[in-house]
Amino acid sequence: MNKYYLGVDLGSTTSKAVIINDNDEIIGRGITNTRANYSVAADITKDEAIYNARFSVLKKNLEKQMEVKPEFKQYITDLESVFQYEQFKIRLDKLGDELVKTCRNYSPDKEKQEEMIAHLIDIRRAFKPKIKHEYLYNNLGAKNQFFRDIVSEKYNEEVNKLDLSLFEPMMTIWDKSISPAENEKVKFDFRELVYKAMDELKKKYQELPDTASENTSVNFDVEMNLLKGKFENAEDTLRQHIDEISALEFNIANMTGTGYGRALLPFPQECIRSEILCHAFGAHAIFPDTRTVLDIGGQDTKAIQVDQYGLVTSFQMNDRCAAGCGRYLGYIADEMSISLNELGPMAMKAEREVNICSTCTVFAGAELRELTNLGEKREDILGGLHKAIIMRAMSLIARSGGAFNEFTFTGGVARNPAIVKYLTELVRENYGNDIKINIDTDSIFMGALGGALFAKTNVSADLPTKKKKQEVHA
Amino acid sequence: MSNTTEAVKERSMILQKEMLAKQFKELSMAKELGKKVVYTFVPGNLTELILSFDMLPVYPEINALQSGMRKKSHAYIREAEKIGFSEDVCTYVKCDIGMMLNGNIGPTGEKLPDPDLLLLSYTGCYTFMKWFENLERLYPGVPVAMLHTPYQEDGRIADEQVEYMVKQLKEEVIPKMEQVSGKKFDMDRLAKMMENSAKSEDLLVKVLQSAKRIPTPIDAYFAGVYYIGPIFTAFRGTEEAVEYYNELWNEVQDRIEAGLGPITPEGELAEERFRLVIEGPPNWTNFREFWKIFYDMGAVIVTSTYTKVGGTYDLGFRHDSSNPLESLSKYCMGCYTNLSLPQRVDLIEQYVKEYSADGFLINSIKSCNSFSAGQLMIMREIERRTGVPVGFIESDLVDPRYFSYANIKNRLESYFQMLDQRKIILSKQN
Repeated sequence: MNKYYLGVDLGSTTSKAVIINDNDEIIGRGITNTRANYSVAADITKDEAIYNARFSVLKKNLEKQMEVKPEFKQYITDLESVFQYEQFKIRLDKLGDELVKTCRNYSPDKEKQEEMIAHLIDIRRAFKPKIKHEYLYNNLGAKNQFFRDIVSEKYNEEVNKLDLSLFEPMMTIWDKSISPAENEKVKFDFRELVYKAMDELKKKYQELPDTASENTSVNFDVEMNLLKGKFENAEDTLRQHIDEISALEFNIANMTGTGYGRALLPFPQECIRSEILCHAFGAHAIFPDTRTVLDIGGQDTKAIQVDQYGLVTSFQMNDRCAAGCGRYLGYIADEMSISLNELGPMAMKAEREVNICSTCTVFAGAELRELTNLGEKREDILGGLHKAIIMRAMSLIARSGGAFNEFTFTGGVARNPAIVKYLTELVRENYGNDIKINIDTDSIFMGALGGALFAKTNVSADLPTKKKKQEVHA
Repeated sequence: MSNTTEAVKERSMILQKEMLAKQFKELSMAKELGKKVVYTFVPGNLTELILSFDMLPVYPEINALQSGMRKKSHAYIREAEKIGFSEDVCTYVKCDIGMMLNGNIGPTGEKLPDPDLLLLSYTGCYTFMKWFENLERLYPGVPVAMLHTPYQEDGRIADEQVEYMVKQLKEEVIPKMEQVSGKKFDMDRLAKMMENSAKSEDLLVKVLQSAKRIPTPIDAYFAGVYYIGPIFTAFRGTEEAVEYYNELWNEVQDRIEAGLGPITPEGELAEERFRLVIEGPPNWTNFREFWKIFYDMGAVIVTSTYTKVGGTYDLGFRHDSSNPLESLSKYCMGCYTNLSLPQRVDLIEQYVKEYSADGFLINSIKSCNSFSAGQLMIMREIERRTGVPVGFIESDLVDPRYFSYANIKNRLESYFQMLDQRKIILSKQN
């Protein structure tokens, strides 16, 4: 039987899970937002990784056929996204029930209650098809967006359309409902949801326009066109394979929990590892010549030196203050009323970097407002903010001993293009142009990957605690 | 976090407690007993000289750390900040000044006597001078005697430096002590005390070096400052100190014979998993919690630099009864914080090797200039020279606001796992 290893990285902002096989290949990834109930976050991300692993196995099983039939590949990609929509739908219904329940307890005024419930139903009716469309046609499932973020954005949009007097009560109801809905454990039947997703896809492909001009709301591309007229054949072939992957038992031989919330994971003590070790081990596995790792996570920045085995030899991390970490960016995005994902691209447009102090997140917010008043461009301010974050990271890198050989950047912040730009600039400026800078598309999963790799490495190792106490002869 | 269980104690610890209680009792009755009181510092102290005049020493930094352990330091620091001391000033200073402003009630609850002499003999840290300038204002009219200890910039003690210090002792320190105590300086008495000092020093070194054994019978940092070292400063040169260190050495020998690990407040350390060398003072406000993190991980400190602030006897120095004043001078110049940075690196390298350490850890103190300077360089050099993994944590002496349990625990956990994983992977490679 195939053996698999699981790594779960419970970070301050997001929880990630990675499943690897015996050949150290990543076969499943899962990510969700960390929430009050850590165990739910860990379960969700783990389940997601297992679903993703089933799709990976499916792709692997069909590797040969996909070479000659590219439409299979497209079908599976679509299927995974719509499968996520099916999960989303169930969660949305649960949230809907929760909203109505909260609303009934909210105000003693029956009439007002009924009015608001009617609005809630309308809101759901209004945004459900929009989200479905996103999953079906824009591959939202692959964008790592979380249930909470997706629904809150749409809910906000709809509430803003209502009478202003309803804003506060409707938002209060939201705040009181989202947490219980989010912290509830939901069990999904993989096979059932995949079949439902296939039915959705059938409708989608049947309705595919003949040419791009016919329907502009659909991203019409060459790959999608492959399925036109051929989807039934793809569906038939896949159906038997899907039964097989649904029934697949993922035998998790060992697991490792890491991240800031690791102590709260329902894992045995010997299966808990520090995220410093895990990030380094993961980064080293992907880029074996790595000697320096920088990880910028939600609340801490770590500069880590590793040896040829991927083992940490020293590390430095921010102390007492988390300014310059992922949460700092989140705060700045809120201050500017833009989404976190827009920050980097906007900063990339900076023509110069405004000098900004990065010692305190809250002060940076005040500075930002002041600079805006002074007429500085948002892009230039953001350029300065991104550079400030990297300046802080550079001092940690220096404290940890500098950057050597290959330098690998990990953590969620590595997805931000402006951060990458300034980091590359400053690392080169300080440590020379020869240094190779690595950023993997899986950078956010590095900790979980390192965890999974430790799980595999340590499974047969004699832990020191098991070793016999050395005898002393005086 | 509260300490729910009663700390486990050894015979020597009980003996120490009695000695200290007696000391503070005597201090509280100094005026009645007609004894003069000298405020002075631990690094580069002239304990034998003070005692030879029948005067009683008071060490403000020991009072500060005791206040830290007794959870009183925060209130004292607040008092000092109220009168204008900055957030960044050494917290020993602020705690001490705050305690004086609050009636100078000592660690045992008895009032400490006002000083009759402020003896500013210190090594390594300029803050000590500023500290006594403040005490001079708090106790107007009290005579001040200053002994300047030259730094070992060239990594050695030159004859001229010894001469310079002896001159200060003869012309400044001793005359002031004679004047305050009303007694004539007695060289023979001082020499006799130094014989006792050397005896205690021999025993102390034996105790400290017992940690070279695997497993070690003692913890040379937490226990080092908790019950092995403190007696040294205030009692060095006395018969009681010799007696105490004899008792302690017997105890350590018993532990070695029985194959026992170090004693900690949580009980005996059953399994020695990691042997560490530590640089920097400990945190005092959360001392037991801090120690427990190490205990829980099976980590023991085999040697430390902080315990050498009061003297580097393990490098061979002994108080010499045949040359009392020269030896007092050499003692002051040899204290750890008076060593140049290259000397400190050499010493730590030697420690890592001789004590078979698995790692080197720095506890960097937010408000300590003396210890913080050069620590990153030391860390890198030790890593380069010895190849052991190095770690870095941050806390403070007696300001509880700078002790973040979760952060320190997170780092230490990472550090210990680093050492652990290294053992696993390297054993697989071989």
